[in-house]
Formats: sequence, structure tokens, C-alpha cells
Amino acid sequence: MKINLNNKSESFDKEQLTITELLALKNYTFKMLVVKINGELVRRHEFDKAIVRDGDDVMVLHLVTGG
Amino acid sequence: MSFARAAEISAYLKKYTVGIAGCGGLGSNCAVALARAGVGKLVIADYDIVTNHNLNRQYYFHDQIGRLKVHALRENIQRINPDVSVKAFDLKLCTSDIVDLYSKCDVIVEAFDKAEMKYMIIETVLSRIPGKPLVVGVGMAGWGSTNLLHSRYSENLIICGDETSEVSDSLPVLAPRVGIVAHMQANEVLNILLKEFKPVDE
Repeated sequence: MKINLNNKSESFDKEQLTITELLALKNYTFKMLVVKINGELVRRHEFDKAIVRDGDDVMVLHLVTGG
Repeated sequence: MSFARAAEISAYLKKYTVGIAGCGGLGSNCAVALARAGVGKLVIADYDIVTNHNLNRQYYFHDQIGRLKVHALRENIQRINPDVSVKAFDLKLCTSDIVDLYSKCDVIVEAFDKAEMKYMIIETVLSRIPGKPLVVGVGMAGWGSTNLLHSRYSENLIICGDETSEVSDSLPVLAPRVGIVAHMQANEVLNILLKEFKPVDE
């Protein structure tokens, strides 16, 4: 499948991935992540269930302390 | 004629309200920029007091040490632009406070320090106040690397910063870089508020 991840086109061998699987493939190991699929917020407890499919737009934001 | 145009923009901005969550390096500097631009009403919230350690980057003065940040910031804003109405809330914001205080604001600025608090307000605004523009500051510790600072847009969520530099003992937050990000946030707020602004002579 081909998705749009943070405004960049990315291809994966799988037909679909959960957010947890996608984050592992992309080596996003941080704790504080905001994730949206097609503009909809995915809460942290839904990362194992939320499915990313071909053509989806995924936004991942890693929050860091400081301000 | 740039004075006239600036005055016109200031008059136009008077009808808007901006919520600022946190009054540290991001919030205090962003609030001052918005007050100078002429935003009519600012809703500020923080539970902290001004300390000596804040003065390296936050918009406070030495003689304000020991005072509540929200009260000191309101005073500083009113010294700059007495036309701005400042609603100051001395509290540690939780989910329900954010909904109560900021639902009626035209734009919300996230200006917290801790990543957990940034997460909390993003989740709250996106799920409880959907469609409300939220401008967040993520990644501004250290110095240099001005070119890595950027704005990124994800529907109503606008992200300013480098998204990577986390504060640590060896990488403090310093005035120039947090000031840049605070002003990037203020700039994004103006960009939203001035979307339909039409100068009278054009």
C-alpha cells in the first residue's frame, strides 16, 4: 500500500497496518505521539486497533518538552 | 502609509479573542506580540509564579519575581497596549478548564512546557472543540539551527518549531529560539484572524 505520511508519500509491503505496526516500522519509539488518520485523531489506546489503508493520509507528531 | 495600514489591522483585530494556555517562554512572548498587533481580548492561564530562572526567556521583569505569572503578564500587556482586555486565570489547566475557557476563543495557542500537557490540550481541542484552530509550539530548545524551525499544517492543528529539540540539562530553552517560535505562533494566529481582512483602499 501507498500512504501519505507527514506530507510524504510512503510505500509498504503490507495491505494494511495498525498504527502500532506503522510506528514500529518507522522506528517511532517515542511515548508522546499525536496521530491522525485522514484528519481524525487516533487516541493512544486505539493505536493497536486503528487501521491504515492504501491512500490514507497519516499525521504523526512527536511532542517534546520545552516552552 | 504603513502607519495607517497597521492601525487598520489593529482596529480589525479588536473583535477577536485568542486563548493562550501557559505563560512561560512561549505564552508570555506570544501574548505580547498579539497585544502589540491589536488582538482585542486575550485569555491567559498559568499557575506558576515568576522566578529568577524565568527571566532568561520569559516576558517578565526582575521586580516581578514572586508574583503570579498571569498577573504580571496582564500588567505588562496593559502597559504596552491598554486597549487589550486580558482575562487572567490562575490555575493548572485540565481538560474541562480548556473546554470552559477556550471554546469561545477564535484561536487557541498551546504554550505549555511539558510534552504531557501539550498532548492533553491537543487531544482535548481536537476531540472536544473540533474545528477550533490550535497553534502549538514543539521543539525549540538550544540555540542556532534557525533554519530547522518551521510551521506545519494538519487541518486545524498548526505546529511551530523544529519538532525535535527537547529541553535537557545540557540543552536549555533560551530567549532567541523560544522567542522565534512564540512569534511564529503569533504570526500563525494573525494569519488565521486576518484571512478575511480587506483593506479599505483596495
